[in-house]
Amino acid sequence: MARRVVSVSNGAGAVSATLVGVLVLVPIAVILAQVGWPKNLASADWAALRFTVLQAVMSAVLSAVLAVPVARALARRRFIGRGAFVLLMGAPFILPVIVAVLGLLAVFGRAGFLNTLLGNMGLPPVNIYGLHGVVLAHVFFNLPLAVRLLLQGWEAIPPERFRLATALGMRPVDVMRFLEWPMLRERLPGVLLVVFLICLSSFAVALTLGGGPGATTLELAIYEAFRLEFDLARAAGLALVQLALVVAVGLFALRLGKVAEFGAGLAKRDVLWRPESIWLKAQDLLVLGLAAGFVGLPLLAVILKGIPSFLDLPSSVFTAAYTSVFVAFCSMVLCLLAAFSLASARRGWAEVIGLLGLAISPLVLGVGLFLMINPFLNPSALSLPVTVLVNALLALPFALRVLAPEYARVERDYGKLADGLGLQGLARFRLLLWPQMRASLGFAAGLAAALSMGDLGVIALFADSEQATLPLQIYRLMGAYRMDAAAGAALLLLGLSYGLFALLDWGGRKGA
Amino acid sequence: MLELDKILVRQGAFSLAADCKIEAAKRLVITGPSGAGKSTLLSVIAGFFAPSKGRILWQEREITQATPSERPVAMLFQDGNLFPHLTVWQNAALGLRPSLKLNQDEKARVKAALERVELAEFAQRKPGDLSGGQQSRVALARVLLQDKPLILLDEPFAALGPALRQQMLALVDEIAAERGAGVLMVSHDPQDAKSFADQVILVADGQVHAPRETAEIFANPPAALVAYLGES
Repeated sequence: MARRVVSVSNGAGAVSATLVGVLVLVPIAVILAQVGWPKNLASADWAALRFTVLQAVMSAVLSAVLAVPVARALARRRFIGRGAFVLLMGAPFILPVIVAVLGLLAVFGRAGFLNTLLGNMGLPPVNIYGLHGVVLAHVFFNLPLAVRLLLQGWEAIPPERFRLATALGMRPVDVMRFLEWPMLRERLPGVLLVVFLICLSSFAVALTLGGGPGATTLELAIYEAFRLEFDLARAAGLALVQLALVVAVGLFALRLGKVAEFGAGLAKRDVLWRPESIWLKAQDLLVLGLAAGFVGLPLLAVILKGIPSFLDLPSSVFTAAYTSVFVAFCSMVLCLLAAFSLASARRGWAEVIGLLGLAISPLVLGVGLFLMINPFLNPSALSLPVTVLVNALLALPFALRVLAPEYARVERDYGKLADGLGLQGLARFRLLLWPQMRASLGFAAGLAAALSMGDLGVIALFADSEQATLPLQIYRLMGAYRMDAAAGAALLLLGLSYGLFALLDWGGRKGA
Repeated sequence: MLELDKILVRQGAFSLAADCKIEAAKRLVITGPSGAGKSTLLSVIAGFFAPSKGRILWQEREITQATPSERPVAMLFQDGNLFPHLTVWQNAALGLRPSLKLNQDEKARVKAALERVELAEFAQRKPGDLSGGQQSRVALARVLLQDKPLILLDEPFAALGPALRQQMLALVDEIAAERGAGVLMVSHDPQDAKSFADQVILVADGQVHAPRETAEIFANPPAALVAYLGES
């Protein structure tokens, strides 16, 4: 290969990669050095490991299987509000877990909408706590993700194939067999793996809907060992088990090489194949209606339940909200700096470093950081900086996924022209990268800010009773059975998360 | 004088060797079959590709390791010669200063360059509002401001109609003459060579042939040129 004379600037990327690597690896090394590999696990820990895998398998299978008819209906129908439906399928991605849990409780909880309905019909109530509650919440979050991923699969089938199928008079079952099934066979393993990986690190859902001997994930067990039993050694041992599990699955996924992309690409195009039978139309309508209700009703419930108590929220909620916005802003800035410099390296290793955030759980990182800080300082004094750092790291893979392809496109299209004119450093950023990438920078900033805003992870580990982010404050209100205040605060958090995302996304797009 | 001293370019199975001298301030056409390496040769001279072996010298000073903007060349590509998000004025002014921070004197020069290509009234427009020919003239205004001794053209006018193409070549010719610059142009059309070039460089069979006078090479073409042009 001929070398390029212009050396692609690697400096900033290398610095970021080193910082991210240190941030991830040093806490793990500290755990290993101080506690060592756990020699044998208590039976409760084995139960946590089994439950973690079981709920992740169930969540992945249910999300992926249920997503197939929804994505298919979405792919072969055009209707008013389709854009809004696709938007709704994107909504849970940045929805704070604690808000979703409150919404799900309002619909499926003891006194919720569903049980009222069942009670009126003389049927026994369903219980949302335990395994099925955890799986329900995970499907709520991951069914929409699976729908979007599979919809991309459908839209990747060349339209000419559908035209040919129509010309040959194929029936829906033939189209499934010859066109759709081959695509699904290729894409479903990736979708299953992504959802499985996400659910392995479930903390906030298990904290609120799980618990007890039968429904504790490893992440929750780490938290309980840490906060309730003050057993640092056990927490650290569990953290290593969690780490080994996620790294093993992550390596398997990398080898399989089929981890689905998180991209959006949902441009409109013509549908060449729309089975016109009344039965199929009714089926698609029903599927789409159920999916919209499943995702939309909990959101609606959060809004309706939150409104009455919204105007007299306790001042602690506003203090927490202010803290959360501040944390979200700082972690967004950090995340974007890291993502942009890693994208500028345009190298494989930069991508891998960026993905570390997916592989490591906030609680594992939190335990390691706690062990590092504890000898010198009261860790709760650093709870906010640590939260900023960990949230930035967790959002990094998503920001990188958005920015890296855009960076590569700009350099491919205009890199030579800019090199020829000597556009370097700040001038290159100001005159080329910023104007060309501002839409995706805004989108990535919105994602990072909203994800940080809604996070309930490492802060729960570190904060003392004086400190709280908004999600943690809502959890405390729930624990104190102040459900009205929790509902109002959840509405505030919902508004802030989507508001921050929308503001940054709009800011990037404006005039771009 | 531009000197290609035992240059060898390798890219997978592709290889290209060049060992010749190119006189300054001449009009040269680089021709030959597609895939032979005409554009690669320009990229090596412009500094977008480092050769695997050999040296490049300009006026006896080695520039093999120089970055594209440090080299004595201004290059126009097949497409993407303008930044779509910058105005016509900004695109042209980049030829003077990549920071776009210009003093009064430099601003006057940008204005003069845009007047020279008859686009002064389009200064605040974006390239997307302009026709293909107008876009080419903006790029030429920038080349004028870059004021480099060698202008490299990698078929930048290929998408224009024949009449417009001739106009652009005439404008390049005038600008080069005004600044005393040389032109190195890739073309697969022998007519370009006959109407425009003082000399022709043939690129064929992995080899860059030394430049020869246009009239002479067509009167007595080497076998590779005959094969490329076809018997007629």
